Amino acid sequence: MRTILYLIKKEFLQIFRDKFIGKAIFGIPIIQMLILVPAITFEIKSSEICIIDNDRTSESRGLISKLDGSPFFRILQSTSSEKEANELLYSDKADIVLHIPSGFGKDLGTGRPAKIMASVNAINSMTAQLSWAYLSGVIRDYNLDIAISGNPEAANAMAAIGITNRYWYNEMLNYKHYMLPGILGILVAAIGFVLAGLNMVKEKEVGTIEQINVTPVRKYQFITAKMVPFLVIGLIDLAIGLAVGKLVFDIPFEGSILLLFLGSAIFLVAALGLALFVSTMSGTQQQFMFVAFFFMIIFILMSGIFTPLESMPVWAQKIDMANPVAYLMRINRMIMLKGSTLSDIRGDLFALTAIAVIFTALAINRYRKTA
Amino acid sequence: MTRNPVIKVRNLVKKFGSFVANDNLSFEVYEGEIFGFLGANGAGKTTAIRILTGLSEPTSGEVMVAGFDARRQPEEIKKNIGYMCQKFSLYDDLTIRENIMLYGGIYGLGKALIRERTNQLLDRLNFREYGDRLISSLPLGLKQKLAFSVAVFHEPRIVFLDEPTGGVDPITRRQFWEMIYETASRGITVFVTTHYMDEAEYCDRVSIMSEGRIVAIDTPAELKKQYDAESVEEVFVKIARPGMKHGKESETADNKREA
Amino acid sequence: MKRFLGFVRKEFIHIFRDVRTLTILFGLPAVMIILFGYVVSTDLKNASLAFLDLSKDDVSIELTDKICSSGFFEKTADLSGYQDIDRILRSGKAKAVIIFGEDFGRDLEAGKNARVSIIADGSEPNIATLVTNYATAIISGFNQQLLLAGQVSVPVIVPEVSMFYNPSLKSQFMFVPGVITMIMILICALMTSITLTREKEFGTMEVLLVSPLKPVHIILGKVIPYFFLSFVNVVTILVLSRLVFGMPVNGSPILLLAECMLYILLSLSIGILISALAKTMQQAIFISLVGMMLPTVLLSGFIFPIENMPKVYNWLSAILPPRYFIVIIKNIMIKGTGFAHVWKETLILAFMTVILIGLAIKKFRIRLQ
Repeated sequence: MRTILYLIKKEFLQIFRDKFIGKAIFGIPIIQMLILVPAITFEIKSSEICIIDNDRTSESRGLISKLDGSPFFRILQSTSSEKEANELLYSDKADIVLHIPSGFGKDLGTGRPAKIMASVNAINSMTAQLSWAYLSGVIRDYNLDIAISGNPEAANAMAAIGITNRYWYNEMLNYKHYMLPGILGILVAAIGFVLAGLNMVKEKEVGTIEQINVTPVRKYQFITAKMVPFLVIGLIDLAIGLAVGKLVFDIPFEGSILLLFLGSAIFLVAALGLALFVSTMSGTQQQFMFVAFFFMIIFILMSGIFTPLESMPVWAQKIDMANPVAYLMRINRMIMLKGSTLSDIRGDLFALTAIAVIFTALAINRYRKTA
Repeated sequence: MTRNPVIKVRNLVKKFGSFVANDNLSFEVYEGEIFGFLGANGAGKTTAIRILTGLSEPTSGEVMVAGFDARRQPEEIKKNIGYMCQKFSLYDDLTIRENIMLYGGIYGLGKALIRERTNQLLDRLNFREYGDRLISSLPLGLKQKLAFSVAVFHEPRIVFLDEPTGGVDPITRRQFWEMIYETASRGITVFVTTHYMDEAEYCDRVSIMSEGRIVAIDTPAELKKQYDAESVEEVFVKIARPGMKHGKESETADNKREA
Repeated sequence: MKRFLGFVRKEFIHIFRDVRTLTILFGLPAVMIILFGYVVSTDLKNASLAFLDLSKDDVSIELTDKICSSGFFEKTADLSGYQDIDRILRSGKAKAVIIFGEDFGRDLEAGKNARVSIIADGSEPNIATLVTNYATAIISGFNQQLLLAGQVSVPVIVPEVSMFYNPSLKSQFMFVPGVITMIMILICALMTSITLTREKEFGTMEVLLVSPLKPVHIILGKVIPYFFLSFVNVVTILVLSRLVFGMPVNGSPILLLAECMLYILLSLSIGILISALAKTMQQAIFISLVGMMLPTVLLSGFIFPIENMPKVYNWLSAILPPRYFIVIIKNIMIKGTGFAHVWKETLILAFMTVILIGLAIKKFRIRLQ
């Protein structure tokens, strides 16, 4: 036990001896968090729509004013030149060009189906789909308006389904509340992952590990000593981050802080275990860094924070069961926003613990004092 | 001198793939002596020393160090030895005191004892004022002396020195050997590899390696008599010359080991 | 010159000898392509829904079927009462609950307005929004069907839509430019900064500096192989994305490659600058990996459109090169525009490159003296 303390002290001394790193481990996550958290939003800003109205009847104007009244659309310009409209679409200034051909009003008046054409800039398929859904909705409403105005009795007899919706746990759909725990978790993990792994590889690269290997230090002692400092630093980072988050973004805190730290600590052990495992297999810092990049980018993109996990194919969801970041995202969110208790997240915590144990065991096992 | 062997090696073989780095080595080192392990670069000295210190596993053969089997009980061996490796390997970004505190702690010495011994050590080396300086700021000679002091700080039974004087000036080399004598006088067995043949004269006994084999082993005086030479250097040239044509191959052996 | 070429060759050999690094270098783009092609997508698929149907009439059952057969949703639970809602949402087993009240069927029959409620789990706002939007759209469509079913003749507006530039609505069209951007940051910025700091840290830089090679040549010699590697990598990504998800190159391929080269050059100069600033490899890696990865992913607009961000970020991301590169590459590849539509962005990137190289050289000089 005393041996571990000596080793841990040495790690701390080395981390903070590098003035840049010593400051960066606290500065970088907090600054990045402050900058990135407010930036990320999935809210779709109103679509810029350009209208070519070749009909110019009261019907076409009715549709336009209906669009104008919708919060989802902003009418950028009305033009009669198709070329001009296409140019707007081409240069990303307009998201949608809506073409109302002449004869639109007449068709509607005579009860024939009236055509309109919408051109949507679909490079971003998600926003394109959403704007199209909104546009269809507006057109549908307009259809109904016409139907009802032409046939008031029918309207009374018609039953309609009204929809109400509510968002629980985050009524205003504040993205900051969602993003902050996630971004913070990723940053804290990234720091530990990169630095712990690099420390270990560096000892190999520089040769200092030889001197350690010839002492009676136990393998688990050495690995533990490499983990503990970054575990402590990670948890301190988390505490600072949450405090800053509370002050600046007023993030809610529904559940138990203790539980959150427990979950994060287990997560950090998993991340550090993997980092040390990878570093026992890398010969140079460069190699480690590549593998680290590889894992980090996959873990982050598959964590479910930026894209829905359910959209992934089943095989990918299975692989994701080994992704510690995915568990962290879920645990953080559930505790902080939903106030979930230990019994709610028991399964996730258990899985995360298993991952942590496996990665750490692999690291201890792969680290060889005797070649 | 007591003839009590602390290192016993029988038929030690170490292969890297098809390359034989140590070819059937057999020798003994006695308690309290200074044993010189000589050979040209790439002769297999470092390979052997890594096996003796438990850093590397022998392919076959029997290796007993301080009464323990190198294959089965390497961790027991590590409790009884000190090692100074060829490449300087104390922590550059720690101070002298911090390095000593670390290694002293690892070997289970108490804090007070470490402090006391550190002060004695710094006084003896005459660099008390350097105690809180980072290792990276020290000149090479000082670094080497320090690495040696750390290797024997916990008073091991045997200390292994791999090319301890590589690249240092003659004056420092002399001082270094004084430290080795002082250590041996405390009863610590010194196992030292070198390719400076003049240093061999300071050893109680020497062995000469060439192409992975031990080609001669005895006291320097006896060797000189046997080969009718003025110096160990001459002995070495007489014995090891025939192998020089394989020098290239030996170099690749060292590369392989590092890979 | 001959000496210089020899040095470059030596650097090439160094890189190609490290098989592990090379594997990752070329394996990474492939994995990213697979990740974005088959795994990660921003679309809603199989989102889990719970239903609380207290009415259990023909319409509510039909509507439930309709929602579940859309492909967006999957029914994971039937709730028996309001008290279950919190439990199921809290456990995360459903992203939203759709509620038909007791009077739903009766109200419809009586010609009154019937209510459907959607309660979504707001702790995942992106999914909550998508779920609500999609469910609302399905219910409204169903509503319209209901309404129009009784009508004899109704005037109907038939909207036709054409999805420009991306008719099959592939989300990869957003991702591929992002992947290229990230890979470039990896190879160029990381690799160059690391090789250069490595020489400094292990003292081999001094050896090189006393050689007859000029400092500029040393840096160039170190950077040229990575320029080459990066270029091969870009081409690999382009070919892969074409084969895997039919990502077109509608504009001039030569222009595209030229722009890629410019971007590689820019990323390399970031790497050189980092190496001039960092004292150790650890610092260099820390800056490039921990410091740059998330901002590159998040602020370059390939997952999160910059237009949707608060105004300040428009300014902030203006100093990030990926933002311009993504516009260029999207325009050339997808829209098929010529230089006329990307010259502004190109100029900005070129300008940034010049500034970065200037800064790097200045920093290096100070360091070397």
